[in-house]
Amino acid sequence: MKNAISDALVITKRQLLQLARVPEVLLFSTIQPVMFVLLFRYVFGGSISTGQPGGYVQLLMPGIFVQTVAFTLAATASGLAEDMGKGLIDRFRSLPISRSALVVGRTLGDSLLNIVVLAVMGTAGYVVGWRPTSGLPKVLLAFLFLLLFGYALSWTGIFAGLSARDARVVQNMSFMITFPMTFLSNAFAPTTGMPRALQYVAEWNPVSTMVAACRELFGVKNQFGVTAGSFPSTHPLVMSLIYMVVIMVIFIPLSVRKYINSSK
Amino acid sequence: MKSVIAQHLVKTYRNGEVRALDDLSLDVEEGTVLSVLGPNGAGKTTTVRILATLLNPDSGQASVGGIDVIKNPEKVREIIGLSGQYAAVDETLTGWDNLVMFGRLYHLGKQASINRANELLERFSLTDSARRPIKTYSGGMRRRLDLAASLIVKPKVLFLDEPTTGLDPRGRQEMWGVIEELVKDGVTLLLTTQYLEEADQLADEIAVIDHGKVIARGTSDVLKKQVGGERLEVVVESQQIQATMEIVSKVSGNKASLDDALRQVSAPVSTGVSALIEVLRELDASGIHPLDVGLKRPSLDDVFMSLTGHVAEEGEQS
Repeated sequence: MKNAISDALVITKRQLLQLARVPEVLLFSTIQPVMFVLLFRYVFGGSISTGQPGGYVQLLMPGIFVQTVAFTLAATASGLAEDMGKGLIDRFRSLPISRSALVVGRTLGDSLLNIVVLAVMGTAGYVVGWRPTSGLPKVLLAFLFLLLFGYALSWTGIFAGLSARDARVVQNMSFMITFPMTFLSNAFAPTTGMPRALQYVAEWNPVSTMVAACRELFGVKNQFGVTAGSFPSTHPLVMSLIYMVVIMVIFIPLSVRKYINSSK
Repeated sequence: MKSVIAQHLVKTYRNGEVRALDDLSLDVEEGTVLSVLGPNGAGKTTTVRILATLLNPDSGQASVGGIDVIKNPEKVREIIGLSGQYAAVDETLTGWDNLVMFGRLYHLGKQASINRANELLERFSLTDSARRPIKTYSGGMRRRLDLAASLIVKPKVLFLDEPTTGLDPRGRQEMWGVIEELVKDGVTLLLTTQYLEEADQLADEIAVIDHGKVIARGTSDVLKKQVGGERLEVVVESQQIQATMEIVSKVSGNKASLDDALRQVSAPVSTGVSALIEVLRELDASGIHPLDVGLKRPSLDDVFMSLTGHVAEEGEQS
């Protein structure tokens, strides 16, 4: 057990070293969400009426946080697919290390990366006028929640990366899933303007429940359309937690098994 | 004592359509080098992956250092080193980073990992490039670093899967030097290759495999004998070819063949040097002065050709 943890930490350290050796990766993975903040805040923000004290940016930032965290799974997936393609996974599997070390270490590394990226996002948000009104404990709780969501999602990235054999393909595939998921939600625009059927999809979308939960924790009032009164709209926090647990219960064992049996 | 034993290994892919290993058995005596020689798709990599615990066979048994690879893979991993066809190291990290990381994963302490990394970098002449990312390394340097990574804890048994495939002649020569050094230290080595020359140079024993089976094994000398001993070759002036053909046929008891372009007359002989002397005497008696004459032992290429009926293909591994 002690070895299992220290093995995983060696893998986490590897990921941090990679970032230190190629700092551009970290730079671009933070520039992209900052661009989203600026674009939505100043390009679309003016034409989305919110009726929200503090304006659109109060609604936008939780959406951006969730999207940013969701997008990191593409990097997780492509990173693992690359390790796989280069035979590095084989080497790790031929070492006398704990079977879960590589995947656990990787998800921990992703969480650390998410901390950095969320800190940058939060700062960028503050600069463009984001002001949570709920007090520090709830704000910290929201960020903790975001990290947990990111942790759960990175297991789906691990599974995707181990299942695919080409890093670029799996990266594009991840985006093809995360992109519509983050936009088919309440993250950037209220769902009330969507066709009725789509509103149900959007409100039950885990991205939406996460965004709604964060808004609640930041002290912003959520808006609901036809789904007002449904479980995810009244209990976004609980619903999000349920989603995270479900994702982890499914994908942690699947990923570990996939890793152990890869190419068996 | 046998350090590596594989018995009746069978591995199929695509629901039995492809038989990668078809009842393959081999063993390696402790402290010796076995070269598994075969063309692409013969089953070399599959064999190594099973012995290195990366893959389970459909049936058959295997043990490394007396430990069953299927029942006790964790124990096997503690005593083996594996270096594959591709340099399986983290290319964004430096050579030093990689070796220290692998040291930590072998549960050497921090300082011990650093010391071992420095030692191995020195030994493989990589000290100057230790702080550069691997992606700036040449092919030969990458392979050496990869090999170094498989030697962190002085493995009892080392598996090298095509260690020189894709290297230029100089890189190959360097790699051979490194491997020969290792063998002197007494490691048991199983090496796969598609280069006949490489097997000849490095191995104590050679197992020739084709279509997932061992089709011949023995020392390189034994294999060459198996193909049919030596050939006598005589090169003469054009106008003397006919007479020479007659003499060579008579002495060897076999029909001589002719390579027109080289003006070379040759025939298999079973009596070696005495056949050579007799031919020279007869030629001299007939007033023929050969331009070149010699006994040629078959190359491993000839071995492969005669064992499999096809030439050894070189190129990308499937």
